[in-house]
Amino acid sequence: MLDVLQKLGKATLGFFERLGRGHLFLLQIFATIPGVLIRPRLILIQLYSVGVLTLPIILVSALFVGMVMGLQGYNTLVDFGAEDSLGVMVALSLVRELGPVVAALLFAGRAGSALTAEIGLMKATEQLSGMEMMAIDPVQRVVTPRFLASFITMPLLAAIFSAIGIFGGYLVGVELLGVDDGAFWAQMQDKVDLRGDVYNGIIKSVVFGFVAGWIALYEGYDAVPTAAGVSRATTRTVVHTSLVVLGLDFVLTAMMFGD
Amino acid sequence: MNNRTVEIGVGLFVALGIAALFMLAMQVSNLGTVTSSDSYILKAGFENVGGLKVRSPVTVSGVRVGRVSAIDYDDNAFEAVVTMSIYSDYDGFPEDTSASIFTAGLLGEQYIALEPGGSMENLADGDRVQLTQSALVMEQVIGQFLYSSASAGGKE
Repeated sequence: MLDVLQKLGKATLGFFERLGRGHLFLLQIFATIPGVLIRPRLILIQLYSVGVLTLPIILVSALFVGMVMGLQGYNTLVDFGAEDSLGVMVALSLVRELGPVVAALLFAGRAGSALTAEIGLMKATEQLSGMEMMAIDPVQRVVTPRFLASFITMPLLAAIFSAIGIFGGYLVGVELLGVDDGAFWAQMQDKVDLRGDVYNGIIKSVVFGFVAGWIALYEGYDAVPTAAGVSRATTRTVVHTSLVVLGLDFVLTAMMFGD
Repeated sequence: MNNRTVEIGVGLFVALGIAALFMLAMQVSNLGTVTSSDSYILKAGFENVGGLKVRSPVTVSGVRVGRVSAIDYDDNAFEAVVTMSIYSDYDGFPEDTSASIFTAGLLGEQYIALEPGGSMENLADGDRVQLTQSALVMEQVIGQFLYSSASAGGKE
């Protein structure tokens, strides 16, 4: 009985300890941002490995998500004779929800896990301590450029996801199933609001990029410096990022579209 | 990895992202249809606005000339007051213009249709449209239909 209580207490304390360390780590990142901004080359290289290399999976999955939505939406809407609204349905669900959320989940799987493994391995092979010995702040040199890169990348990825997804819906709906071309775009333009829908989607993706980068980098920086520790940290990155993104999505949706 | 590859890759990625944002703004959303913020205000009182909402379209002969900007209830006149912002390009509505609330399609959204009258004087900013026709509420229509058909049946 005492043993159980002891374990419970340890787990709780451990949770709060990690939470607190995570936020201190975030403050540390913020403090080093000015130092990184004067060396934009560091960010550029990370933009390549975080953004450009994530692009293929985003493009392919966006196309298929859009095509599936076109197909499913058409089959349901045609029963009501409302297949002209297919464009609205595809565009609204992509711009408001699927674009930011699915792009963030893919980002966590493709880029977040890579970030964690990379930094975790740097820690395990004592490259980070080596930098400290050379009076180089590892947070400034390694962590912050990656954080800024994921912060910049996410909104772009989400926008690309939405645009390609709408194109996928257009391919299936208009080219394959014969929805009217004009009605598809006109109804979409009529119902999708720039401020209410597009801007809110962008805000969501900015928040997700912030959170995904933060979690991935913290897990890597905080990993137990062994092979098993790094692999556990990588798993935690994907799981935690997915959970936090989905949870935050509900909160943000309630705040934006709640009224 | 080659420096040039990195630079070209990042450049392409950012260009693609901005192109996607641009497409979402211009092609997908209503930015292209909202032409100018230049508009003036007309008001109209209705007994019943039905399902009319803020941002619903205001049309003349089927052409959109503005949007509903506010819907309030006037508790002195016991009617709903709808504020419409009309694009300044369309400023020649006669004083005896009438406003009706119609439904697009059988179950579609509701909009205000203006019908110009024959007066020489034009409505100015902030003026009130005097002739109005309320929204058609389905329940009332069905109720009236049932009532009239019942009374018609009684006579026979």
